[in-house]
Amino acid sequence: MVGDKKGKKLLVIGAFLLPSLLSMALFNLLPILISAVVSLTDWDMLGKPKFVGLLNYINVFTEEKSYIAIFNIFKFLIGYIPLVLGLGLLFATLLNRNIKGAKVFRGMFFIPVITSWVAVSIIWKWLLNGNTGIINYVLSLVGVQGPVWLSDFFWAMPAIIMASVWKDVGFVTIILLSGLADISNDYYEAAKIDGANTINQFFKITLPLLTPTIYFILVISLINCFQLFDQVMVMTGGGPAGSTSTMVEQIFKNAFKNYRMGFAAAQSWILFSIIFIITLVMNKLQKRWVNYEDK
Amino acid sequence: MLKKTLVLALAIIMVLSLVVGCSKDVAETTEPQSGQPAEVAKEPVTIKFMQYTASGSQEETLKAMIDKFMELNEDIKVEYEVLAWADYYTKLNAAIAGNAAPDVFEVGYENFATYAAKDVIKDMNSAIANDGEFKENVFKKLAYDAFKYNGKQYGLPEGYSAVVLFYNKDLFDKNSVAYPNESWTWKEELEAAQKLTDEKNGIWGTYAPFQFWEFYKTIAQNGGSIWSSDNKSVTINSQANIDALQWMIDKSLKYGVSPKLNDDTFSQPDADLNAFKDGKLAMLRTGIWNFGRFADADFEWDIALEPGNTQKAHHFFADALVVSKDTKKEEAAWRFMKFMTSDPYAVSLRIEKGWSVPAIADEKVMASYYELDKPASRKVVNETLDSLVLPPVGPIPERWNEITGAVGEELEKAKLGRITAKEALENAAKRLQGLIK
Repeated sequence: MVGDKKGKKLLVIGAFLLPSLLSMALFNLLPILISAVVSLTDWDMLGKPKFVGLLNYINVFTEEKSYIAIFNIFKFLIGYIPLVLGLGLLFATLLNRNIKGAKVFRGMFFIPVITSWVAVSIIWKWLLNGNTGIINYVLSLVGVQGPVWLSDFFWAMPAIIMASVWKDVGFVTIILLSGLADISNDYYEAAKIDGANTINQFFKITLPLLTPTIYFILVISLINCFQLFDQVMVMTGGGPAGSTSTMVEQIFKNAFKNYRMGFAAAQSWILFSIIFIITLVMNKLQKRWVNYEDK
Repeated sequence: MLKKTLVLALAIIMVLSLVVGCSKDVAETTEPQSGQPAEVAKEPVTIKFMQYTASGSQEETLKAMIDKFMELNEDIKVEYEVLAWADYYTKLNAAIAGNAAPDVFEVGYENFATYAAKDVIKDMNSAIANDGEFKENVFKKLAYDAFKYNGKQYGLPEGYSAVVLFYNKDLFDKNSVAYPNESWTWKEELEAAQKLTDEKNGIWGTYAPFQFWEFYKTIAQNGGSIWSSDNKSVTINSQANIDALQWMIDKSLKYGVSPKLNDDTFSQPDADLNAFKDGKLAMLRTGIWNFGRFADADFEWDIALEPGNTQKAHHFFADALVVSKDTKKEEAAWRFMKFMTSDPYAVSLRIEKGWSVPAIADEKVMASYYELDKPASRKVVNETLDSLVLPPVGPIPERWNEITGAVGEELEKAKLGRITAKEALENAAKRLQGLIK
């Protein structure tokens, strides 16, 4: 009798889950499987797919552009991660105090996060315009001749880093704030009694106890870095001369501009493997520097 | 108990709605048999139509043409979709891959061969044979034959376009420089541009975009080409081509008669057209589809043949309507494409609105094109046909997008000064050789 009741319950649960499970299978799982099959073929969308084995994967590794994309990701990452973490930490500690209007500021910091990337990119494109942009105007006031940001081989990536940090720092700040809220006040009181100053408190208490949160942000940010696409597509389209070309940008171009579906699918799977491996490595390394309070 | 039944019923409805939702499109409208006259009471046949050349400024014209067609053919309903050029082929190919191809769609000459070679469009020979009224000589032979593949006719040409030299007469008068004429070469253009450039006021002597399309025409003006004349080998790295690319760079870098190559404003879409309309460009190479855009400019302007170096060369862009291989409405599609390309109503509207030059052989019809007043030298459009260069699809028309992508990337490196013109074309040659292997 009990089993029967349980079975009925499961049936009801299943019935309710079925629509979302079905749509997940249809729109997530199935395309993932299909892309694995497509990655083994030569397919231009118009003709019939032709089985080519692992040729696409080999070609990804022999194409110079693949390495340029990875190189560009590292260029991005080196600027983006320290900046977004550093600024996030700064803002989080500032907002963590009981100052007037802290809630308003938290809201303000979060506005860029919920704004669409396309809108943000278009605004930044205006700001960064070499001739008429506000950024170069402000620079000219202090006597600096600003570069033609988005059309300059060197400066295009720093410009994209700037826009990305501006948009993402609010997210990082909010996550760090929740991490800060978790740290018990007892530690600080004890430290004060022992005579530790604010700087010592930050490096000896706040930072170590924030490491789980920082670890989370690092993993999420790294994944985002490797998936860098929206801002690049709108702001530079991968240019000038490939200096902001990224992996996802190449996947998009190969699939929908060059109609090399198989090749693009292979690139996607390689991107997935890279992200997977990096996350695994980070997971292994976290034991060395992440402190969990209850251990 | 009631609650449980309700829950189950809800769950079942949800599942059912999914199943039903997926199978809604199965019903197909049937086409009237060609033998019997179409009954008016019958459901009209709906054909789907996708195109891009109306995008931007001719949507109204297109709508007027389609409305007229549906008025004359009550048994056919046309559902159309206009897409921007940048997204058009992506969307079209996705539709074809998903077995949802529009019945009739537009293709440019440079992409036409791909669709014919991949066997996704229908050859219209049987439709032509069944149609007693149709005569192929209503079309200009050159444009009509451009849409033959393996001797079969696949498309009907809507019209063609060219790129010419637009010039601001007021700026020429002000600096007492003689107007461009057909004897001009790059040398005369440069001399005039040097006199016309006024960098302080942001006025440039001459401007041409820096991209693949401009490149393949410019090298032709210097006697070069991307492929050998038998289409078997790559000739993009010839000395003539290196010189031509250098000329494209030098106009800005060495002579300063064109905006800086990394100028942010000029890299925006349509920036050159806006600059010309604002009187900031004395000479501009751009398409005749912009006649309408400049019609209300507050200065006098005209067009001329483009100056070449060792020879003349002009772009030739032709677009045609083709029919999807899988369509079940061939007869309706045929009537529609015939109307859009050669019916007097559509043709004269195309002329009147300055959309493109219809590919019609009848000189009387074409006369009305040349009679329109602005620009005065409309005849030039016809003269470009004597020195036309087709898009260089070479031996691999089906890989056109990769040709433009590969060469375009190398050109951009040269434009930014990352590599020399010679290095850029050597790289491009290597990449093209990789493509034809």
